[in-house]
Amino acid sequence: MEDIIISVAQRTLIAGTPLLLGTIGEVICERSGILNLGVEGVMAIGAVTAFIVTFVTGNPWFGLLAAIVASAAISFIHAFVSISLQASQVVSGLALTMLGLGISGLVGKPFIGKPLTQKMGTWPIPVLADIPIIGPIFFNHGPFFYMAILLAVAAWFTLEYTRLGIKIRSAGENPRATEAQGINIYRIRYWCVIVGGAFSGLAGAHLSTSYSKSWIEGMTAGRGWIVIALTIFALWNPLRAIIGAFLFGGIFVLQYLLQPLGIPPNFLAMLPYISTLLILFIGALWDSRKLNAPAMLAEPYRRGDR
Amino acid sequence: MLKIKVTDRIDILPRHSFLSLVFSLAAGLLAISLIFLFSGVNPLYAIAKIFSGSFGSMYGLKETVTKAIPLILIAGGLTLAFRAKFWNIGAESQLLMGAIFGTWVGLNWGPHLPAAIIVPLMFLAGFIGGALWGLIPAILKIKFSINEVISTLMMNYICNEFMTLLIVGPWRGKTKFGFPYTDDLPLSAILSLIPGSRIHYATLLVAVVTVIMLGIAVYKTRFGYEVRVIGENPDAAKYSGIDFFKTTLIIMAISGGAAGLAGIGEVAGIHHYLSYPESISSGYGYTAIIVAWLAKLNPFYVILSAFFFAGILVGGDAIQISLGLPAATVQIFNGTLLVFLIMGDFFLKNQLTFQWRPKRN
Amino acid sequence: MLNEGPEAHQRPSLKIKEINGMKKIETLEMFNINKSFQGVKANTDIKLSIGAGEILGLLGENGAGKTTLMNILYGLYQPDSGAIRINGQEISIGSPVDSRRYGIGMVHQHFMLVQNHTVSENIVLGYEMAPLLFPQHKINEKILSFSKRFHFDIDPQKKVWQLSAGEQQRIEIIKALMNGADLLILDEPTSVLTSQETNELFQNLREMQAQGHLIILISHKLDEILEICDRVTVLQKGRIVGEAATKDVDKKTLARMMIGRDIIFRIEKEPMERKNKIITVDSLVVRGDKDLRAVKNVSFEIFRNEIFGIAGVSGNGQRELVEAITGLRRIESGKIIFEGTDITNKSARHIYNTGVAHVPEERIRYGVAPGLYLYDNAILKQHHKKKYSNKLFLAYNKIRQHAQHLLSDFNVLAPSVHVQTKNLSGGNIQKLILGREISENPSLLVASHPTYGLDVGATEYLRNQLLKRRKEGGAVLLVSEDLEEIFELCDRIAIMFQGEFMGILDAYDPRLKDIGLMMAGSLRL
Repeated sequence: MEDIIISVAQRTLIAGTPLLLGTIGEVICERSGILNLGVEGVMAIGAVTAFIVTFVTGNPWFGLLAAIVASAAISFIHAFVSISLQASQVVSGLALTMLGLGISGLVGKPFIGKPLTQKMGTWPIPVLADIPIIGPIFFNHGPFFYMAILLAVAAWFTLEYTRLGIKIRSAGENPRATEAQGINIYRIRYWCVIVGGAFSGLAGAHLSTSYSKSWIEGMTAGRGWIVIALTIFALWNPLRAIIGAFLFGGIFVLQYLLQPLGIPPNFLAMLPYISTLLILFIGALWDSRKLNAPAMLAEPYRRGDR
Repeated sequence: MLKIKVTDRIDILPRHSFLSLVFSLAAGLLAISLIFLFSGVNPLYAIAKIFSGSFGSMYGLKETVTKAIPLILIAGGLTLAFRAKFWNIGAESQLLMGAIFGTWVGLNWGPHLPAAIIVPLMFLAGFIGGALWGLIPAILKIKFSINEVISTLMMNYICNEFMTLLIVGPWRGKTKFGFPYTDDLPLSAILSLIPGSRIHYATLLVAVVTVIMLGIAVYKTRFGYEVRVIGENPDAAKYSGIDFFKTTLIIMAISGGAAGLAGIGEVAGIHHYLSYPESISSGYGYTAIIVAWLAKLNPFYVILSAFFFAGILVGGDAIQISLGLPAATVQIFNGTLLVFLIMGDFFLKNQLTFQWRPKRN
Repeated sequence: MLNEGPEAHQRPSLKIKEINGMKKIETLEMFNINKSFQGVKANTDIKLSIGAGEILGLLGENGAGKTTLMNILYGLYQPDSGAIRINGQEISIGSPVDSRRYGIGMVHQHFMLVQNHTVSENIVLGYEMAPLLFPQHKINEKILSFSKRFHFDIDPQKKVWQLSAGEQQRIEIIKALMNGADLLILDEPTSVLTSQETNELFQNLREMQAQGHLIILISHKLDEILEICDRVTVLQKGRIVGEAATKDVDKKTLARMMIGRDIIFRIEKEPMERKNKIITVDSLVVRGDKDLRAVKNVSFEIFRNEIFGIAGVSGNGQRELVEAITGLRRIESGKIIFEGTDITNKSARHIYNTGVAHVPEERIRYGVAPGLYLYDNAILKQHHKKKYSNKLFLAYNKIRQHAQHLLSDFNVLAPSVHVQTKNLSGGNIQKLILGREISENPSLLVASHPTYGLDVGATEYLRNQLLKRRKEGGAVLLVSEDLEEIFELCDRIAIMFQGEFMGILDAYDPRLKDIGLMMAGSLRL
C-alpha cells in the first residue's frame, strides 16, 4: 500500500514538472501583458531539440541548453508579431502552435523509434532522500523537478519583490503609465515573451529527455493547453502554480488508476479545464480585481499612444 | 541613427489589399521552402507535390472540394464572430457537438424514417448541438466577463473528453467488435456522394448557401451592421442602443451552429459513425480560423480561401505518402502562411517612414 | 542613502545629480521649437524661458499646443526643430529618462498610475534609484519623509484605486521630486481637484518655489494663473501670442490674448417663455462605477425653448446623471418623466425613440465607430428606424443620402460620405454627431461637454446650433465645465457638487457671482 502511495506521488510530481515549468514562463509572459497561445508548439520545439541534441552529443545537458535556445528563438516570432506589429495575439499564438508542432514533427521524423542511450538522470538528495516515505517522494527526482520548484519560487520572488518585477507587472497593468516613467515597454515585453518561451522549451526538454527516452510525434499531448489553463488557475502567481501543476499532474496519473473503481478516466481528464472555468466564474462573482489578471493582457500597445 | 516611424495609412484601396495578400503568400512560401531545405527536404519538389496533389489531378480536386466543405461552413461562422471581436477558438468542439447531436438523431430515428426526413433532421440537430455549445462561452462572457479565448479553448478539451467518454462507454457500437466507435448510421441517414468522389453535395450546398446568407447579413442587414459596430467600438455600440446581450448570443449561436453543421456533415457524409474526436474534427476548427483570416472576414471570400486551404490539407496528405513526411507537416504551411498574412496586414494598415536622426550626445 | 542627515532630505535632487555630474537648474530656455503631427502644426517657433524660484503659467485654450510643448520638454516627443538650454548649455532630451536626469519632472493631467498597485510600487516604478530587491519596502521611509515635509497623509501600502484624485496627484508630485526634479511641469493640475485641494496644492507649490524649484503650470483657467503664477506665456493655435508678468495683467487682457478677441461673456439671446415642461427628474439616485452613489437625490425640470445647464468640476456626478437620463446607466431610485411617460430605467434605444438625443462626452470613444464610413456613423442611433431599414435590411441608398444632407447642413468638411470616420478632425466628427442627433428633431438634446477640445470656429458653430435648437422649440440639457459656455448659452444653471445640486439659478440671478463657492460645495442655495 505504501509503495502505491509513493509511486503515485512520485509520478504525480513528475507529471506536474513540465506543467509547472511551462506555467512559470506563461505567467511571466502574461504578466507583462502578452498572451502566448503558442505554448504547445514551443514545448514541442523544445522537446525535439533536446532530444536530437542529446541523441547526437550523448549529453542531455547540451540538449537542455539547445532546447532553451531553440524555444526562445521561435518565441521571438510571436514577440515580434504581437509587440512590434501589434497584431492579434490570439492569432499569432495559434500560428506559433501550428509552426511549432509542424516543425518539430518534421525535424523529429528521422528519430522516431530510436531511444536515447543517455537520458537525464535522477539526483537523489543525500540524507533527505532517505527519509521514509517523504524522501522518495520529494527528494529522489531528476534535475528538472528541482529546477522547476526553484525557478517557481525565484519567479514569484522576482515578480513581487524586485524592481524588475514591478516593471513587468506595471507593463501588463498600465503600459502607458509605465512608459511615461521612461521604461521601454517593448523591451520588457520582448524579454518576457522570450523567457516565457524558454520555459516552455525547458518543459519540452523534460518530456523528451527525462520523462521518456524516445521521441514520438505529438509528444506534448496537449500539455501546452493545460499550461494556459493552469496560468489562470494559478491566478498568475508562480507559487500557486506549483500547487496547481501537481494537482493537474495528479489527474493525469490518477486517470487510469481510478478506472477500476468505475470512474471514467475521461471524466477526470475534464477536471483541469472545468476547474479553470470555475475559478474564473467564482472570481467574476466576487471581485474581478482579486483575480489578479493583468489589466491590459492581450491589448496591443503602440508607443506614444495618447 | 535610423528611426522608423509608424503611422496609420489613410487610403487603403482594394488593389493594396490584393497586393498585400500576394506578397504575404509569396513570402510565406519562401519561408516554408527554407524550412523544408533546413530539414533536408527538397522544397521545390515538396511544394510542387502539394499543389499537384491537390489541384493537379481529378482525384486531388475532388478531395480538395471534400475538405473545403467543413472549412467553408466553419470559417463562414467565424467571420461573424471575429467581426464582433468575439474570439471563438472553440469551433473544433462546436463541430463535434454538432456531430454528436446529429449522430444521435441519425442512430435513433434514422431506422424508421426516409432519407428526405432524417437528413434535414440530422442537420437541424447538428446545428442545434453546435449552437448550444457555442452559446455557453457567449453567456460566460456577457454575464461573467470570462474571456472567450480561454472559455472556448477549455470547451474544446472538455468536449473532447466527453465525446471519448461517450464512444468508449454508453455509445459504443454493438457491431464494432469492441472498438470505441458507434454503430453505423442507417442507410437513409447517410449522405449521397457525387459519384466517383467523396463529395457529400448536400452539405456542400448547405455550406455555400450559408456563406452567401452570412455575406448578405454582414453587409446588408441591420443585424450585420450591429455586429460591425460592436466589433469596431463596443462603447459606441452600447451608446447607440445596440443590445449586446442579444447580438452576441445570436452571433455565437450562428457560429457554433455552422460548425455543428460541418460536424454532422462529416459524420453523415464521410465517416458514417462516430469515432475518436480527432478523426472527426481533424483540426478543421483551428484551420478555419486561418481560412477566415485569409478571407479578411468577408463571408463571400471564404469559399475561395477555404478551397485554398483545403488544397493544402490534401497536398499535405499527398506528400505524407510520397515523401514519408509526418502529418504535422501541413501545420508548417498553416502556421507560416498565417504569420506572413499577419505581417502583410500590418504593412497594409500602416505606413512606415524612415528618418535619419543625427546622433546626439 | 536613507540614513543621512537632514541636509540630504532638503535637497535630495542634489545628490542624484551630483552622481550624474550635473548641477541643479538655474535657468531653462526653449528656442524656436516646432512640432507637427501628420501635417498638423502643433507648435510653431516657440520661445520660452524660466528661472529658479519662478512659477510660469502656460495659458491657452484646449488644443493651443501647451501639452505638446511640455511633452517635448519632458521627452515624450521630439521637436522637429529647435533647441533647449539649461543654464546656458544646449542639451538634448530623447526620452523621459533624459529629462529626468536633467532634473525635469512632469505631473500629467491624466495620472500615470497603476491603479492595482500600491503607492509604494508606483513610486518605485518611476524612481531611478530604487533598490533592486524589496524596493517597495525600502523606499517607504523616504516616501513618508516627503509626505511629512509637505504635510501629506499618504499610506504607502494603500492601493492607488483607493485614493482620491488629490491624493493620487500628490503621489505624482512625490515621484517627480524623489527623482530629483528641479523643474516641475504640472498639466492642468486642478482639473480634478476640489477647491480645498487646489488651495493645498498652491500652498505646496509656493513652498517648492521658496526652495528654488522652477514650476511651469499649464492651465486654461484665468483665475488660477493670476493667483499662483509670477509670469504667464499665452499660446494660441500653437504660437506664442503674449507674455506678461501676472501682476501687470487682468483677466480680460489675458482672455483677449488667448482667443484673439474679447470674450463676450453674455451672448444676447432672445428671452423665451417657459411653459411646456418636457422632462421631470425626481429624487434621482444613481450609483457610479465604484459602487458609491454618484447622484444623490437630484430633482429638476426642463422646459421647451430653454437651455438648462449643469455646471461643476468634472467628476461630481454629471456623467452618471447624463447616463441615467439617456438610459445608459441603472437608476437606483427616483423617477424620470419625459413628456408624460415614465422613462426610468428604460433601454437606451427606447429613450432615444421617445425623443431624447445625446451628444456624448468622449466623442471618439462613445459617439462614433471610427473605422466605419461616415454614412454608417450617420445612422448610428437611427439604424433601427423604419425609414432606414425594414425588418431585416438596411436601405443604404437612403442612408447615404441622409449622410450627405448631414454633411452639408452641418458644415462637416469631408471629401465624401465614403470616408472612414476616423480620418476627420475632432471638430468635424463632433459636427457629424451633433447633426445626427439633431436631425431627428429631438424634444430634448443632452449635450455633454460638446465643445471640449474643439477649435474656436467649431465651438462657435456648435454653440449657435444649440441656441437654434432652443429657438425652434427644443430643449437642451448642457453639461459643461466651461463657465463661459454655461453663461453664454443657458437660461437656467444648476451647480453640481458631489452628486447633489447646490442650487438651480436663473441665468441673470445675481447670486451666480458665488458660483465658484457652489462648485466647491461651500454654498447651497
